[in-house]
Amino acid sequence: MDAPILEMRGISKRFPGVVALDRVSLSIAPGEVLALCGENGAGKSTLMKILGGVYRPDEGELLVGGKPVTIENVNDSMALGIGFIHQELNVLDNLDIAANIFLGREPLIAPFQWIDRKKIHADTEPLLKRLGLNIPSTTLLRNLSIAQQQMVEIAKALSQNARIIIMDEPTSSLTLTETDCLLDLIAGLRAEGVSIIYISHRLGEVSRCADRVEVLRDGKNAGGLSRSEIHHDHIVAKMVGREIKSQRVPSEAVKTPGFFKVRNARSSRYPDQCVSFDAARGEILGFAGLVGAGRSEIMKAMVGLDEQGHAEVQLGEKSLVIRHARDSIGNGIFLVPEDRRGEGLVTAMSVRENTTLPSLNSYSTSGIINKDRETAAAKEQIASLRIKTPGAEALVRNLSGGNQQKVAIGKWLAMGPKVLILDEPTRGIDVGAKAEIYKLIRTLANNGAVILIISSDMEEVLHLSDRIAVMHEGRITGVLDEADCNEQNVMQLAVGRPVPAAKPSFGS
Amino acid sequence: MKKELGIFILLLALCAVTTSINPRFVSQTNLTNMANLIGLFGVFSLGLGLVIITGGIDLSVGSMCALCGVVMSMALTEWNLAWPLAVLAVLIIPMALGWVHGALVTKMRMQPFIVTLCGLLLYRGVARFIANDDTKGFGGGEGFGVLRSIASGKLFGIPMPFVMLVIIGSILWVVLHRSVYGRYLLAVGRNEEAARFSGINTRRVITGSYVIAGLLTGVSGIMIAFYTNSVSPSNHANSYELYAIAAAVLGGCSLRGGEGSIIGIIIGTALLQVLQNLVNLLGIPSSLNFAVMGAVVLLGVMADQMLRRRALP
Repeated sequence: MDAPILEMRGISKRFPGVVALDRVSLSIAPGEVLALCGENGAGKSTLMKILGGVYRPDEGELLVGGKPVTIENVNDSMALGIGFIHQELNVLDNLDIAANIFLGREPLIAPFQWIDRKKIHADTEPLLKRLGLNIPSTTLLRNLSIAQQQMVEIAKALSQNARIIIMDEPTSSLTLTETDCLLDLIAGLRAEGVSIIYISHRLGEVSRCADRVEVLRDGKNAGGLSRSEIHHDHIVAKMVGREIKSQRVPSEAVKTPGFFKVRNARSSRYPDQCVSFDAARGEILGFAGLVGAGRSEIMKAMVGLDEQGHAEVQLGEKSLVIRHARDSIGNGIFLVPEDRRGEGLVTAMSVRENTTLPSLNSYSTSGIINKDRETAAAKEQIASLRIKTPGAEALVRNLSGGNQQKVAIGKWLAMGPKVLILDEPTRGIDVGAKAEIYKLIRTLANNGAVILIISSDMEEVLHLSDRIAVMHEGRITGVLDEADCNEQNVMQLAVGRPVPAAKPSFGS
Repeated sequence: MKKELGIFILLLALCAVTTSINPRFVSQTNLTNMANLIGLFGVFSLGLGLVIITGGIDLSVGSMCALCGVVMSMALTEWNLAWPLAVLAVLIIPMALGWVHGALVTKMRMQPFIVTLCGLLLYRGVARFIANDDTKGFGGGEGFGVLRSIASGKLFGIPMPFVMLVIIGSILWVVLHRSVYGRYLLAVGRNEEAARFSGINTRRVITGSYVIAGLLTGVSGIMIAFYTNSVSPSNHANSYELYAIAAAVLGGCSLRGGEGSIIGIIIGTALLQVLQNLVNLLGIPSSLNFAVMGAVVLLGVMADQMLRRRALP
């Protein structure tokens, strides 16, 4: 093996009350893809933030190309050839590709310090070609898909001569095909000698692309796996320090087919397509499809969050008129949105305030809130969902992703959901918390709720769903019964090809 | 709570310093006079504070005050309306205007700054037009002595505006810190989308705050008109909205929304009035009045930022 291009030796970082990193070591060779795994809170982000110049280690050394270095800020990190692709992209969507890539280091023309537009575009085009992105460099970022925007970020890192690229959950917003493209791209970069630190909870991807896996647990090195040892179960075992049983929890519900009927749902995203489907009481109906297939949009239209959207909804024997979110909420139809921090939670408020927000009137007498009852309700959710929080008064933004998600789900549970729609319920959540959320979802279904789940994680959809509705460009291309739910069928339908086993979206 | 405590200590310190230099600060006349001013300014500052908590702003407060003053005076002395009717009109007009602001902000998705900036220009113009640019007063007018004593009299030696501030402040404290509506206000201010996804009628919540701000502007408009006893439409209550914004920000409101407290806004108002008083009592040239105020608000917000940064890990 080549001499490592980057070495971290005995890195420790303490925050008040927590040891985030305890003598962690890590090294990566040129042209190596190192996957960094670990549950949320294991210290991956802190370790990477040290590389990115956000934090400074309390002890330990950093060596780049064999020489000790100190990284005090983002510029230092970039100068050392470390590029960072964050999970939430840092792009300016009002500027074009070239402007984004050269942001902050635009070549200027004397005497008036104008930006040398010709040069930045000329320099950008070959970068885009190298990444296989067939788009003019004058395209505004807002006109690109998330995957393309991510490519732009990678291009930006490459344009800064990055020799080490850190990717934090790069596929969490990507479709399956886009993920494939990214993994191919990673292989290409590796061949060019670029080292990649790949952080992901999706172990399937890790086993596909990584040369080596390093696992962190509770801020310590939990061991590494070489290429030949990389296996889903091995990684998980190291991550949690114990074996996890299959996440599949069988349905025990007595199902009432046709309990929840949706007809002619239209979203403003695909105004010419309409979607109809039936779901049974006690059923988990998965919604698979590529990102951009219009799954989230249909759900939002259905619950009254899309002003131009429309849907005919029937729950039991009752036809509902849904114009605003409060109409669907009043009928027991709740949506846990994909964007936890933007739409699901008020993160600057406490667990208590978030838990009671949708049903505040039931905690109040003549408009005055009874705080004791609120606290009791929040504590009940904390206990039953095992939310890890210092207490009901802790601000949601201080919780980990998994625990935030539990709060986002918990706020609806006290209201007795009849239909619960979960959009990407485990995005960015660690394996342990995932299993708990799966179990919770199954319990809700067994207790007679209709559960609709949107997920771009193939494993998750297959594990959880009793049936899967697959969408493609705004419409349902087919519904798969449990026996026919496999990756092959889902993929075929997701790209708009027919599958013999697939059924029409609702029964005659 | 810490924030209010900090600014309260600042207020006490200012009072102590002023008293030690000029003991007339604690004379009954001075304190009464100051309580009166705090009341006059506090009432509309509270309304504007609620708007700020939703993430909005209301720049039209001063002009609305002038419009209320003009209408009040003309209704009583020229149109000879019975005073309860006149009061009703002067409360309903700003509430209706507040509702329009709210509707433009929530339904038309216009920016609050623009909407109320236009209000600032519009209502000032309307006030000057209906008054024909003449200064209006209440003369020796009869038949509204009761109103005059409610608006500018005293209760047990305490000026009525201060009494009103205490009453309105208490009600709003319950509304903001204990009621469902108050929780919605804070939630909408912090994350409007999440509030909407939780089934909150965010439009009504936001519009409500502008209507309340209008109502409170009407209330203080009446009191201010009786305090000055003459309303010159071109400069009556000029730029009062800025005092209110300064008071709200000093009192812990964030212009980004979602943060603020009733007690904070009241202490902020008091602080600004004490400062003006201090300029007078300490013989600082009154031309420096605004400069002192500006500097203190700036320092206050700066100190708060620094403390907050230190509090973060």
